[in-house]
Amino acid sequence: MANLTLVQAINLALIQEMEDDDRVIILGEDVGPNGGVFRVTEGLHQRFGSDRVVDTPLAESGIIGSAIGLAMAGLRPIPEIQFEGFLGPAFDQICTHAARMRTRTRGALTVPLTIRVPVGGGIHAPELHSDSPESFYAHQPGLKVVMPASPYDAKGLLISAIRDPDPVIYFEPKRIYRAFREEVPEDEYTIPIGKARVVSEGDDITIVSWGASVVQCMKAIEASDRSIELIDLRTIYPLDIETIEASVKKTGRVVVVHEAPLTAGFGAEIAARVMEHCFLYLEAPVQRVTGFDTIMPYYKLELEYLPEAERIATAIDHVAAY
Amino acid sequence: MSSTTTKTTKSPAQGKVDYDPIIKELPEQQLIQWLRDMLLIREFEVRTMQSYQNKKIGGFCHVYIGQEAVAVGSFAALKPEDPVITAYRCHGQALARGIEPKYCMAEMYGKIGGCAKGKGGSMHLFDKSNNFFGGHGIVGAQVPVGAGLAFASKYIDEVINEGASTRVAMAFLGDGALNQGAFHEAMNLAGVLDLPLVVVCENNGYAMGTAIDRGTTRGDNISAKADGYGMEGFVVDGMDVLRVYADMKKIVDAARAECRPKFVDMRTYRYKGHSMSDPRKYRTKEEEQQYESQDPLDRLMMYLKATTSFSDEQYKTMNKDVRAEVKAAIKWAEQSPEPTPDEQLYHDVFVEEFGPYTGTSVPEMLEEWEKPDSQKS
Repeated sequence: MANLTLVQAINLALIQEMEDDDRVIILGEDVGPNGGVFRVTEGLHQRFGSDRVVDTPLAESGIIGSAIGLAMAGLRPIPEIQFEGFLGPAFDQICTHAARMRTRTRGALTVPLTIRVPVGGGIHAPELHSDSPESFYAHQPGLKVVMPASPYDAKGLLISAIRDPDPVIYFEPKRIYRAFREEVPEDEYTIPIGKARVVSEGDDITIVSWGASVVQCMKAIEASDRSIELIDLRTIYPLDIETIEASVKKTGRVVVVHEAPLTAGFGAEIAARVMEHCFLYLEAPVQRVTGFDTIMPYYKLELEYLPEAERIATAIDHVAAY
Repeated sequence: MSSTTTKTTKSPAQGKVDYDPIIKELPEQQLIQWLRDMLLIREFEVRTMQSYQNKKIGGFCHVYIGQEAVAVGSFAALKPEDPVITAYRCHGQALARGIEPKYCMAEMYGKIGGCAKGKGGSMHLFDKSNNFFGGHGIVGAQVPVGAGLAFASKYIDEVINEGASTRVAMAFLGDGALNQGAFHEAMNLAGVLDLPLVVVCENNGYAMGTAIDRGTTRGDNISAKADGYGMEGFVVDGMDVLRVYADMKKIVDAARAECRPKFVDMRTYRYKGHSMSDPRKYRTKEEEQQYESQDPLDRLMMYLKATTSFSDEQYKTMNKDVRAEVKAAIKWAEQSPEPTPDEQLYHDVFVEEFGPYTGTSVPEMLEEWEKPDSQKS
């Protein structure tokens, strides 16, 4: 066991998977000697060399497109995109090729690709460097979308993503890259994709969240005297509705928290599923605490935009009092 | 072939072709095979058009008639282990790379007997066993994937197998795709990472209805673009299979030996419209006739007759065989089972543990509705 930050946990997972499997290859802008924008690939170039830790030109469509070709040819590429906003130029490659290849070829060609992308706000960055586009990708059939909220999950989920036979978008919440440490086993282990984690158990209210917002939810729960069950989705898609369903049938009250804007955010999908699966158990409408339907503001207003613990606490009160 | 440093060569006058010496060394049987390969594509496409008009083939349909020499000559310069990728006008390439006509035809019919069980359709023909990585529908987006295939070949040869890079990837695009960003990113990536990639622009002069000089800078000599990416560019006469082979052999061999990318301006012409619904108002009948008069099949026939004992009788037999093969492909497609939702709609989205997908949010609810009222809970 070692006490690691989320960045260190990801770095460790990358090293171990590269050591185990020479099909694993990292590519991206400045991922080599520089270690990437957030230093997630620090030391990897030194360890594995230029053949396996490849600095590419600044060309997201080219990076993801060529990573798809690498994956179709049987390798396990892990491209890094510097910020979630820069996925835009690669959107075509992701949705046109990566997501569809298995279906289009009836399984003859697959794309075992893990796209690593820092995501979300809270680091005083501008828009395009603070966004939360997970529902864009969750909406595209053929993609798996994961977002860890702790160093332990970060390592296990990344190993699962790398070994997964299908394309995975692995979002890394940058706000909690170095926010706290956690005991992380030295050995390799996997966290299954598609399985949520019950962070804390409770009987009165269910909170569903993911990414850096999970930390804000924990703060709100600490400050509350209610019995609240917190579910960290960990995987956005495929959605673990069973875990949510079991909790909501117990509590009857649900709050969903995410950084992305309200409209057509993934919280809408969860609200719909809860309605379908738990309609007769609900004591109150599903409450959503999200970013606003605006462009992510510059840093002075960042905390106004993000679903911080105070706003979550208000929602808890609303849903409890309904 | 001419590199960008020399003046563009014009198409040679018929019958006065002075071919590269490597052509003279080719066995007669090889040339006859190429004639048959081109004939097969032509016949296949003629029957494809009929099936489309008879509404047997749905979706869209882009036929390869006129461009046969490009696929046949280019693939002859490759080894079977070299990966290939192309865009949506992929029937000719799929056949030239060795997918059986019946699997291609059934794919377009959307039937189970297709190379992707009728899931991919006309623009998405694939054959992993022949290293044919598709058929892709988004113009230009396949070129970065081709760069990735070249990257993978090099990586597997050099890093995993600890040897020398031995394979070359070939990525095709149309001249319209030259203006897509993905093409430029892929060219730069190939240049900067020393990828063994031959990028072949099938320059048929039109991006759907837009003539190349209306939509593309340096439309007169697009091989000049290669210089900007630090690679050699070539112009090849794509209407003559012997020239295509002779030039592509040298280009592919050089890419393999140097482990470097190359760019080819492959001058060709599609006789038919961009797709089946194209009225071709953007060009003249005279222009079409001019190209049809340099037909790649005729040119090879002429060469065969002039230099070998190939006879009209042999051609007749070949033609009969090819017709029978395509007819059998149509029969296969027509008799092939229709896809069923249970088998074909819900599967192959992810590896099966995550499927099948029902398309309804609560499948149990559907089952409930199907019950008689008395049994409903």
